[in-house]
Amino acid sequence: MLTKDQAATIFAKLKKLSTADEIEVLFFGGKSALTRFANNTIHQNVAEENHGVSVRTVFAGRTARATTNKFDDASLQRVIQASEALTKVQHPDADLLPLFSGVENKSASPTRIPSRSFESTLALTPESRAEGVEQMIGIAKRHKLTAAGIFANSETIEGIFNSRGVAAWHTQSSCDISVTMLAADSSGWQKGNSPDASNLDARKLAETAAQKAIGSAGPQELPAGKYTVILEPAAVLDIVGFMFSDFSGLAILDQRSFLNDRIGKQIFGGNINIWDDVAHPLQSGAPFDGEGAPRQRVQLVENGIVKRLVYARPTAERMRRSEYKDQVGPIVPTGHGFPLPNELGEAPLNIIFSEPKQPTNVDQMIASTERGVLVTRLWYIREVDPYEKILTGMTRDGTFLVENGKVRHGLLNFRFNESLLHMLSNVEQMSGSVRASGEESFDMVVPAMKVRDFNFTEVTRF
Amino acid sequence: MKQIAHWALNIANQRGASYADARIVDARSRALATKNSKLGQASDSESLGLGIRVIGDGAWGFSASDDLRREAVEETAARALEIAKASARLKQDAVRLAPEKPVTAEWTTPCQIDPFGISIEQNLELLFAIDRELCAVAGVTLAETNLNFHREEQWFLSTEGTDIHQTKYSTGAGYAAYAFAGSDIQKRSYPSSYGGQWQNKGYELVHELKLLENASRIAEEAVALHKADKCPEGRFTVILEGSQLGLQIHESIGHPIELDRVLGMEANFAGTSFLTLDKLRTLRYGSDLVNVVADARQEHGPGLGTFGFDDEGVPAQCTPIVTNGLFTGYLSSRETAHMVGANRSGGTLRAENWNRLPIIRMTNVSLLPGEKPLTLEQLISDTDNGVYMETNRSWSIDDKRYNFQFGTEIGWEIKNGKRRRMLKNCSYSGITTEFWNSLDAICSRDEWVLWGTPNCGKGQPQQVMGTGHGAAPSRFRNIKVGSAYKGN
Repeated sequence: MLTKDQAATIFAKLKKLSTADEIEVLFFGGKSALTRFANNTIHQNVAEENHGVSVRTVFAGRTARATTNKFDDASLQRVIQASEALTKVQHPDADLLPLFSGVENKSASPTRIPSRSFESTLALTPESRAEGVEQMIGIAKRHKLTAAGIFANSETIEGIFNSRGVAAWHTQSSCDISVTMLAADSSGWQKGNSPDASNLDARKLAETAAQKAIGSAGPQELPAGKYTVILEPAAVLDIVGFMFSDFSGLAILDQRSFLNDRIGKQIFGGNINIWDDVAHPLQSGAPFDGEGAPRQRVQLVENGIVKRLVYARPTAERMRRSEYKDQVGPIVPTGHGFPLPNELGEAPLNIIFSEPKQPTNVDQMIASTERGVLVTRLWYIREVDPYEKILTGMTRDGTFLVENGKVRHGLLNFRFNESLLHMLSNVEQMSGSVRASGEESFDMVVPAMKVRDFNFTEVTRF
Repeated sequence: MKQIAHWALNIANQRGASYADARIVDARSRALATKNSKLGQASDSESLGLGIRVIGDGAWGFSASDDLRREAVEETAARALEIAKASARLKQDAVRLAPEKPVTAEWTTPCQIDPFGISIEQNLELLFAIDRELCAVAGVTLAETNLNFHREEQWFLSTEGTDIHQTKYSTGAGYAAYAFAGSDIQKRSYPSSYGGQWQNKGYELVHELKLLENASRIAEEAVALHKADKCPEGRFTVILEGSQLGLQIHESIGHPIELDRVLGMEANFAGTSFLTLDKLRTLRYGSDLVNVVADARQEHGPGLGTFGFDDEGVPAQCTPIVTNGLFTGYLSSRETAHMVGANRSGGTLRAENWNRLPIIRMTNVSLLPGEKPLTLEQLISDTDNGVYMETNRSWSIDDKRYNFQFGTEIGWEIKNGKRRRMLKNCSYSGITTEFWNSLDAICSRDEWVLWGTPNCGKGQPQQVMGTGHGAAPSRFRNIKVGSAYKGN
């Protein structure tokens, strides 16, 4: 694994090689391994080690980036030349800021996060992952089911150095377990992710997935229409994840956000409160952004009203001069920028949905539901309408009819076309928030939700 | 590079692998983009490394590293064997590979103009010229342009004696104009959405696309959509433009024919397929006019799925997928071929880069053009009532690939054989086999384009792959239109 000291030495070399006014160097990579199983056997089993260095040079209002995964002198020379060649031919941009210096405003004080590198994860081997898989397959066989899934672990680094003195470094471990249980005409699924492998219980995930497959066997058709739904946390995560790139200052400036003309207005129910907080104990990731600026804790939504956006440094500067400056709440760099140059600006990636004062667990939601649909996960979600934030997608791997407070039977899967503006205005109950993991959006800390009038438009064949 | 591959193969042999292959890939990319008259992206990247795939104790192991020093390469190979032995712990049947004759070969994408030989100034000049055309249209609130170039050199060697050196080029180019007004964001893209058109060829693609010539029209359409009527809801005859049809082929034919999906290997992520093995040569996939092939050969065209050999050394082939409407073939690999009674792989195992295990991927899955001469305008003239839909805006399909829904950026009402009012917020949905059986006309070869899909995701860890889809505008009867907005 590349260390911070080694990276500092490489940065010094690159700085010496460069003729640019300023230079910024990102380091990334690490080791990862993934054991994949299907049909109750391991069918793919991989490991990888790769590190990269990405150089951004700046010449009088011009900037560009070049990246390599080679660290020998010739490659470092080549990556500098490539970055400088791309930079020099551009027209100067008066809006390009000097590199981040780390001390330019009070909001830039370093963000402290808990350690996110765990021996429990780093110590996993092909053998120990196979043992975990064996446990999950054992549960499948006991229930006469077929299991498919992954057991993965990784150790990664992320670092940024620049010629104004920034030297930020982050190490991270990560463990993922995902399992699908297949029966003749039904399936069940569960997934967990944590920096600390000891937080994940492969057997529990497999047993829950198995019960979903068994419980949804012989699915029946319920006509499409609007129903009360109980969305488990993974389903909530995957659908709400489609709105967070719109909480970017640059998205407002570009007029591509559904929040244009909606900031400061009540657009969700009063029970919706959303934060971005990299330091939250259930969160993951580095405490700095693509320019090395510290990630700040930001309340995005308060009682259903969008209060704030996130900003990279250049976006905050532009927003202060824009026609929107009085409509978007506080404008400060929040440490959410992507590496420059880029077209997207920034995004909140450490989402926390505040839990209600009196959380309602999924069993209680079911017990209080006269007629509704329990949804394990959502799949293949895509944006239909960018301003009304209508999303389409499918239910998958465990969809159930709830009647008179009880789960009755499995259902054929639905297609939904639902506006997030409607959905988050119709949340009747929420559970406590948990770290959830899906396939359509990044991991976040979300509750299960009971939502009225969720719009299913079609039914598929299984 | 070959020496490095031999270091890896030798260790695999010494440690008892029954089979091993080593792939070294040296990849280079350039991405240039503008946004609202400013630079959006200017980046070069290169990546070099080795992936070694082994069968040990009858099971697979794969290990990859960016460190190509001898000691590190040998460690990587040894790790692949350790992984294979861990896999074998849960083995049911030993891996069986369909035979493939060892070859020594060189192959390179036909490339008239090396895209990396074009100056950055010239590229930026083009992008800013397009940007000016887009931004000059009143009402355009966001203009984006992009150029992308990729070159990938690969050395593939195996313990069976195969030795292939292959170099592939790909180019992508396109732009989009957005218009935000009131409570509506509309968008038009050219030549297609999601970065435009992508093919395995050099800079000549950029010259062929007539990018600048179409910019004003596209910007004007983005603005005009605000005044257009919403697409009606109901059942209609639908004519799909080629790039939209290409994505329809990708999602509702390309994915379900992947044999790994059919066999449950993707059940945890990408999903399975409705095309169970009993459906081969029995299922009426589409109407008699539907002929689909998976063709990786150069003679099919410069698609993103065109190559000389796949990533386990199998030569490019053409597999009939749907023949006069009958389902006739899957996408297969050396490991899976025998499961459909084939004695040879279809040559579709592909990896995103050196650090990924090759898996079954689409090559160029194309709907063959109609045999009788038929232009798009003639097809519209031949249609009494319907909707013509162009350029993808959204796409979604279930995990067995039955139920789909697509949205397009723009549409036009067809009345009495004429293209009438512009329509916005168009969508259509259906069940895969019902949809393909409703096809009653395909435009002919002159209208056929091999479209590129650069962003197909599959596998764990996920891999992004480029695929090709030849399509000519086609007509479908009695299609459900407009349910994307139903209830909202």
